[in-house]
Amino acid sequence: MSAVFTPIGEQVKQDLQDTGPPLQDRSFRWVLFGALSVGIITLAALLIFVFLEGYPRLTPTLWQNMPSIRFPEKAGAQSAIMGSIWVIVTTAVICLPVGIMAAIYLEEYADPTKRFNKLIEINIQNLAAVPSIVYGILGLGVIARALALGQTVITAALTLSLLVLPVVIISSREAIRAVPQSIRAGSLALGATQWQTISRQVMPAAVPGIATGAILALSRAIGEAAPLLLLGAVTFITFNPDGLMSSYTVMPIQIYNWISQSREEFQVLAAALCIILLGILLVMNAFAIYLRNRFQRRW
Amino acid sequence: MTTNEDATVGAQFGRAAASEKVDEAVMELRNVHVFYGDYEAVREVNMPIASREITAFIGPSGCGKTTLLRSFNRMNDLIPGARVAGEVLYHGVDIYSSDVDPIEVRRRIGMVFQKPNPFPKSIYDNIAYGPRVLGEKKANLDEIVERSLVRAALWEEVKDKLDTSGMALSGGQQQRLCIARCIAVNPDVILMDEPCASLDPIATAKIEDLMHELAAEYTIVIVTHNMQQAARVSDRTAFFTADVDAKGVRHGRLVEFGPTQDIFMSPKDSRTEGYISGRFG
Repeated sequence: MSAVFTPIGEQVKQDLQDTGPPLQDRSFRWVLFGALSVGIITLAALLIFVFLEGYPRLTPTLWQNMPSIRFPEKAGAQSAIMGSIWVIVTTAVICLPVGIMAAIYLEEYADPTKRFNKLIEINIQNLAAVPSIVYGILGLGVIARALALGQTVITAALTLSLLVLPVVIISSREAIRAVPQSIRAGSLALGATQWQTISRQVMPAAVPGIATGAILALSRAIGEAAPLLLLGAVTFITFNPDGLMSSYTVMPIQIYNWISQSREEFQVLAAALCIILLGILLVMNAFAIYLRNRFQRRW
Repeated sequence: MTTNEDATVGAQFGRAAASEKVDEAVMELRNVHVFYGDYEAVREVNMPIASREITAFIGPSGCGKTTLLRSFNRMNDLIPGARVAGEVLYHGVDIYSSDVDPIEVRRRIGMVFQKPNPFPKSIYDNIAYGPRVLGEKKANLDEIVERSLVRAALWEEVKDKLDTSGMALSGGQQQRLCIARCIAVNPDVILMDEPCASLDPIATAKIEDLMHELAAEYTIVIVTHNMQQAARVSDRTAFFTADVDAKGVRHGRLVEFGPTQDIFMSPKDSRTEGYISGRFG
């Protein structure tokens, strides 16, 4: 049996008629999409250009051979690739523990109402915005010269650690803050100590978020050239680093070196090395996204 | 068990009438005030908590029931600016005394929260967590987990999936998991902060049955907004309300405390009577 409706049916039908979104909505939507396109198109153009330019030299010689300024056809970038790996791994070993521990302190122990802690907080936010060349000057003056570590892998790693530390701290804090207070309360109510609560409940729950932030921070560090220009990476290096006190060069610097050569072949080499650097960055970022999705939690 | 919407709640008492006087107290509040910064949330509470009985806190929203409950095991310590004045005695020891370890207090006085808060771990690890942090031997954990789940009336439902996440259970099961987690460390007192607030009537009935069973071994203090629930599960009831002072600030206050049947059937204070019969609050 079908129901009998009240007689306003026609009016309701008219009112409910879909006439599409108003003009204002549609036009604003296109403006927003246009803004997005600027970034996407630029990035796409860059990638395509670099790829077309560098593809012919994307051969095993690139990672098997050492740089050369006389024979572009035989030149490779193994010392720069190995240098980048040395520097970035050392940077990770230094800045991740320090940054994560600082984040734990700020989130779990510091009293946010104390003026001292507010001051630290504001400073960290500001440090994240300091230009990287300034860190280069700091590294040169303090780490390379005052601490006499010279122009070595460890100097570069310490400087890059300082550079990305604020990013690591900020992203780790966000991950730790995202763990609901009810988890902490539940743990403490069972007679767990604060440290047990942090190490066994809060940190395991925050690890995916921390890892994501850490990878993004390191992928910033691996692409940095400016501070390392001041720290001796410019020297022409035809050997792989063999320790923390070794001389080194890194991929962005090697690219810079080749670009500044006058011969056409070196431009192609630079583009080819760009592809490798971009590839590494892409893999790191993809891993970060994977971690974020894989461990996404519903509370 | 039915939910009785009738205002004459007195009809369903789940427990035998308690004696007028508390014979054996586990805890006692003496002149307790709770502050958040300068704000006095709870004012001058004096009451005992009887051993192996269920004490219910009832009263309108914002009268400080939960705040007071959280001062029983120093959970208020976690809120910046929270402070307790007066004495919260546990077997005669003031738990706010400077030489008392709050960790040890919380181990003996457990808590079940309003919203079920299982850890994002397996069912087994949820239960084993408490014993583990207290240094229980690995060999004993299986037995503790089973015993706790059996006592929380959850064992039959989860025994085949102990390694699945505690978050995957239904709301009512999660709350029983939290109760099991609490009894796994064998506390003396269990504080329950509106444990059924987010549960349906069937899950609520299961928790209430469980409380009756647990009362044989544990002292339970429960905050509830549901007067029928207080009548069904508690031996004694404390009625709180909020006084508004000259500046318009609300302060929670204990109005009346006594055996549940007396509070519901023959309240001495007109405010209690008004609340019980649904005229106020």
